[in-house]
Parts: sequence; structure tokens; C-alpha cells
Amino acid sequence: MKNEAASPALIKHHMKQTKVDQVFDVVVFILVALLTLCIAYPLYFVVIASISNPNLVASGQVITYPKDISFEGYQYILKDNRIWTGYRNTLFYTFAGTVLALLITIPAGYALSRRDFLGRGFIMKIMVFTMYFGGGLIPSYLIIKGIGLTDNVITLVVLGSFSAYNLIITRTFFQSTIPIELQEAAEIDGCGVFRFFISIVLPLSKAVIAIMTLYYAVGHWNDFFNGLIYVNNQELVPLQLILRDILISGQAIQAANITDPDTILNMQRIARTIQYGVIIVSSLPLLIIYPFVQKYFVKGVMIGSIKG
Amino acid sequence: MEATIKAKKKQRPEKPKMTKSKLINTLKKTWVLYLFVIPAIIYVIIFNYAPLYGIQIAFKDYRASSGVWGSEWVGFKHFETFFNSYQFWDLLRNTLVLSVYSLVAGTPVPILFALLLNYCVFPKFKKVSQMVTYAPHFISTVVFCGMIFIFLGNDGIFNQIIQKLGGGGIDFLGNASNFKHIYVWSGVLQGMGFSSIIYMSVLSTVSPELHEAAIVDGANKLHRVWYIDLPSIMPTAIILLIMSTGQILNVGFEKVFLLQLPINLDNSEIISTYVYKIGIQKAQFSYSTAIGLFNNLVSFIVLLIVNKVADKTANISLW
Repeated sequence: MKNEAASPALIKHHMKQTKVDQVFDVVVFILVALLTLCIAYPLYFVVIASISNPNLVASGQVITYPKDISFEGYQYILKDNRIWTGYRNTLFYTFAGTVLALLITIPAGYALSRRDFLGRGFIMKIMVFTMYFGGGLIPSYLIIKGIGLTDNVITLVVLGSFSAYNLIITRTFFQSTIPIELQEAAEIDGCGVFRFFISIVLPLSKAVIAIMTLYYAVGHWNDFFNGLIYVNNQELVPLQLILRDILISGQAIQAANITDPDTILNMQRIARTIQYGVIIVSSLPLLIIYPFVQKYFVKGVMIGSIKG
Repeated sequence: MEATIKAKKKQRPEKPKMTKSKLINTLKKTWVLYLFVIPAIIYVIIFNYAPLYGIQIAFKDYRASSGVWGSEWVGFKHFETFFNSYQFWDLLRNTLVLSVYSLVAGTPVPILFALLLNYCVFPKFKKVSQMVTYAPHFISTVVFCGMIFIFLGNDGIFNQIIQKLGGGGIDFLGNASNFKHIYVWSGVLQGMGFSSIIYMSVLSTVSPELHEAAIVDGANKLHRVWYIDLPSIMPTAIILLIMSTGQILNVGFEKVFLLQLPINLDNSEIISTYVYKIGIQKAQFSYSTAIGLFNNLVSFIVLLIVNKVADKTANISLW
């Protein structure tokens, strides 16, 4: 992305762009704008629909900007115990799961990046094989059930805390950033492997730690499948299962102790608004950090694409 | 696209022969590294390799009381049942339709988008566009499917806009044959930005001299896209395409499962969702394991073949 199509000097040299090029630039601009709009508008619409008068949204009058702003939907969402439970659970799963994932992935990635690590080729093969062949759903289910990991507090912490793909990214990063000379110099000074890893490698690896933190955190936060299969206990369900109930199965918000028929009727009226609000609330953590961490996601893809 | 690409070296340098004392020295120095990989190895042994042992129940009549090992062997009974069942062709067709359609629609769009961004003349606008288009990649499948339902519903924003423009309402969700289009094109939009990153990085490595030389020779931007940029993207695109053919039967479970409605089930039941319903919900462990094994084996064999072909023709291999 560093290079522009041509150096500025040359462009100046050819100040007179051809007609074709001018048309080209305009067409490119319009297409990029259109595609961006295709994605930006639905996201924007969710925001404005969640804070507008539900009746106006339903009758199609909220298209470009919020009208008759109210936070009624959010008030109901905040009263729903399931959402709080799910939020709490998912925050815990994401935090603990990401820490565990880093503890597993980063040291393993480093070890496998070292050329003097005997057997690394074999271990790498073991890891890569898992990307292409597996036992399938039922054998995995039987194992996980067999070791007592269903409906367990740590089920969703452990599951999804390692992936061979992330290991490869980590390994590639270490291979390309930690020069062998550094390691040799440390060895001559009598620095052991463990100390070298802690006090020299880790401080140089902030980027890959950030990338892995984000990949695993997003994975845990968004995980639906493992929750669906392995967690039935209502106290332990992750946020995504609750979201499915509300957004897809269309279950109404269950605020505590609401028996007043008027309130219930009102909640049915604003069911859609509540759904928009739920989308916002559930994506909030990601939306907040996204602009700051976007570059790390991109970096992760770049590293993952270079040869392993 | 989760495949690492490894260009094979023509000749691997000969490994220096290790003497016994050298070996011991190295091990003395690096034994800590084994501690480093132990957690990862334990993880894959439990969650990836132990299940392989359970595959044998595909050839048995599994009963929980007898366990995996003690259950009775029945040979290929479950496979025969599956191949002869009326669902077999429907499942296979639905799975293939979704994956091939996704592949055909999903491959060119990110390439096009990367080219467009690359020629975007306003750097700030380009940044904003990238930030916006990468975002859907991080939205959870549940939320994304929820948005599809809300937007495409009869009272959704799409129908509202269509009606505003004077059209009649369209029942997007009520028509089973729409399922594949909704599934594929929503996926294309969701992945477009993020999948374009890899092509952007390839484009950034194209030598500026090539472009300068082309300009001197009087090429316009269209020429440069066609004769410089596209050819330099092609190898990457082909590699990614080849790799995804190995995943041809592995349509993601979550999105299809979440988009399923009673009304579109004829078009939306795929192998992985069927395995879930038969296995987890109806507890027919052996039968669903057999179906899962069929799926995994076919995928793996396709991958091996494609990899072999790629290795022979383009010198590109996964391992």
C-alpha cells in the first residue's frame, strides 16, 4: 500500500492525463463510494433505528436520520436479565479464554520458530494436520462430554483457545523478526532460553501479541457453535445464544416482573427497536476498540499470507 | 481463506549431520522449548487427535453403555443407509450449490475491490472505505444473520425502500429458492473488505518502475490494470482458489444453521446441519458420525488431489 501507482515526479512530468484516465478515476471513485455505502448504510441504519420512534421506523419514515429520538428500547434491554447474564458470561469467557490462548500459542510459536529445536518439523506437521482433517462433530462431542467439559464454567474458556492457523502466524512472525544473531549473542552472554524469551523476545513481539489477543478475543466473543453444542445451563450460556433467541427466534425481551398488560403490549410494539438496540449493545465492545486495532487485524492477514 | 502458502524450494539445503555430543549439547541448551510446546500439544491431542479414535463408531452400533470400544461392529451399514436415504442427494446438492456459488461469486469481488482501492485517488477516502468495509468481518454470525432477517423481512428496510420507489413488496425470506442468493451475496459483502487485504498487499509489491515504464510507453490506467496489476495478482488468486476447492464440502455450519427456516429447509439443509440434527438432537451417534466421516474424507481427498496438481503444475504446495 506504500506505493502509489507511479511516483509523483513522473505524474508531474505527464501533467496532462489522458481522457481515459480521468474517466477511470471518476468511475473508480464512484464504485468505491457505492460499495462502501452498501456496507456502511445497514450499519448506520441499525444505529438510527435503535434510537428513533418505533412507529416512524415501522412506517418507513426513518431512512436517513433518526427521528423523534427515544431510548425506550435500550431501557427494556437493560432490564433483561438474560442479556446481563450472557454479557457477564461472555466477558468472562473472552477474557479468560484469550489469556489461556496466549499462554498456549505464543510460547509454542516461539519454540517452533527456532531452527535449533529438534523435532520441530514433526510437531509442525502434527499441528498443520489438524487444519485439514478432524474426527467430526460427534466424536469430538463424545470426548468433550467424556472429560466433563459440557456445561462447565471453563467449557467456553478452553474451547477455541488454540488454533493451528494462529500458531503458524505466530511462528512466522518470530521467524522474521528475531534475528538468529540476537539469539547467538545472548547465548554467548550466558542467557538461557527461558530468560531470552521473557526479557528479549516478548518485548520485541508486541505486534504479534496484539494480533493474537484480537483474533482470539473476537473468536471467543463471537463464538456461537461451541455454546450451542456444549452449554445448556441457562446460567452459563454465552451472549451469542441469547442474541439468537432475541434476533432470530424473535423471542421478546423478558424484563423482570413485568405483568402489566399495557407494558407487555408496548414491548411488542417496539420489539424491532429492541432488536436494533440489542445489535448495538452486543457489538459495543468491538465497535469501541475497532478503530484503534484495525491495523493489527490487517497485519495478521499479511503475516499469515507469507510463506510459513 | 485460512491456508498458508508455501512456495517449495527447488533444492533443500542438506541438513548438517549431527554428532552425538552435538545433539546432547543442543538438547541441553533447548530443552525448555519442549516445555513451551507442551500446552499446545496437549490441546491438539485432546481436541483434535482423541476424536479420531472415536471415528470407529461410524462402523459400529454405538451404545453409551458399551462405550466406543465395546460397541458392536456393523461394517458399512451406516454408510449404506446414508447413501440410500432420500436425503443424500438433497444434502449433497445443497452443500455443493452453496459452496460452489460462494466460490464463484466470492473470488472476483475482493480482487476487484482491491484494484479499485489501489486506484482510489483520495487517500483519506480510501482509509475510511477500508475501515468501513473490513468491519462486517468482525460482526458475529448471529448478529449478521439477525440483521439479514430484519432487513429482508416484509417490514424491513429493503421493502420499505422498494415501496418508496413505487415497487411492490418482495417476499425475500418466504421463497425457498432465494436462500442461496441471500446466503452467498450477504457473505460476499461481509467478506469483501477483509479478503481484499491480501490482494492489496500483493499490489503494494508491484514494482513502481513497471508502472512508470508503462506510462512512458503511453499506457493509460486501464492498460496498467490489465497488463500489470491483474497478472501480478493472478498467482495469489489462483492459489487461494485452489485451496478453497479443498474446502468444497465444508460450508460453515453457523450461518446456514441460523438462516434456516422451516420454509427454506429443502434448500438450506446441508451435511453439517444435518449431522448436528441427527447426532446432537436425535442422538443417533453412529449414523451421524458416518455422515461426518464421509464429509471429512471427501474434503481431505479433494484437498490432496488439488494439492498434488498444484504442486506438479505450479510448484505450490500446502506442506
